[in-house]
Amino acid sequence: MVSEGPAQRQSAESAYHFAQAALAKGHEVIRVFFYHDGVHVGARASTPPQDERNIGAQWSALAAEQGLDLVVCVAAAARRGVLDEEAGRRLDQAPAPGSLLPGFRAAGLGQLIESGIDADRLIVF
Amino acid sequence: MLHLVNRSPFEERTIDACLRVAAPGSAVLLYEDGVYAGVRGTGVAGRLEAAAREMRVCVLEEDLAARGLQDAALVPGVHRVDYDGFVELAIEYDSVTTWR
Repeated sequence: MVSEGPAQRQSAESAYHFAQAALAKGHEVIRVFFYHDGVHVGARASTPPQDERNIGAQWSALAAEQGLDLVVCVAAAARRGVLDEEAGRRLDQAPAPGSLLPGFRAAGLGQLIESGIDADRLIVF
Repeated sequence: MLHLVNRSPFEERTIDACLRVAAPGSAVLLYEDGVYAGVRGTGVAGRLEAAAREMRVCVLEEDLAARGLQDAALVPGVHRVDYDGFVELAIEYDSVTTWR
């Protein structure tokens, strides 16, 4: 779980490097849940300067390469304007991920709970 | 249990809270700004050295290097680990908790 924002904290990077190391050792990463300010990682509109790191794009690329399930908390994302207006209005429905980067989807906390039950370890970054 | 601390000891008191609660035989990993607590000579070094006699205390090498501290002397008893070691710690201990 990534729970801190990419502009001020290192959580999204730490989780990314940890996931890479775990995958390289043959472990399975069943889901990455982006919560609180961590939802900004999945924002498509986020455009860091070209000569700076872009951790959202890095997660997108890793998801495409490894088939990762990247889930942005729908309520936390709507609260922060990361989901588009339509999705923000209708939290009870599966939102169209138009405002999210490729590989990210929006879903509820049930997905986090499910991961906590299914995975051998849940690590909060 | 593996305890994760990512806050600088000069910014927040998470390392103190963690060390008060962590049981002998558990492990503490300092990463991100938490690595500053692992460097020798700071105000928290004494508490960390005492903790390292009862539990495994590690600092993440990559985060030391990112802060220019790759060659810094560490508190006695504190070990360096890389991300592979981080993964191994998460496997070795049956649960992982993150201090904020």
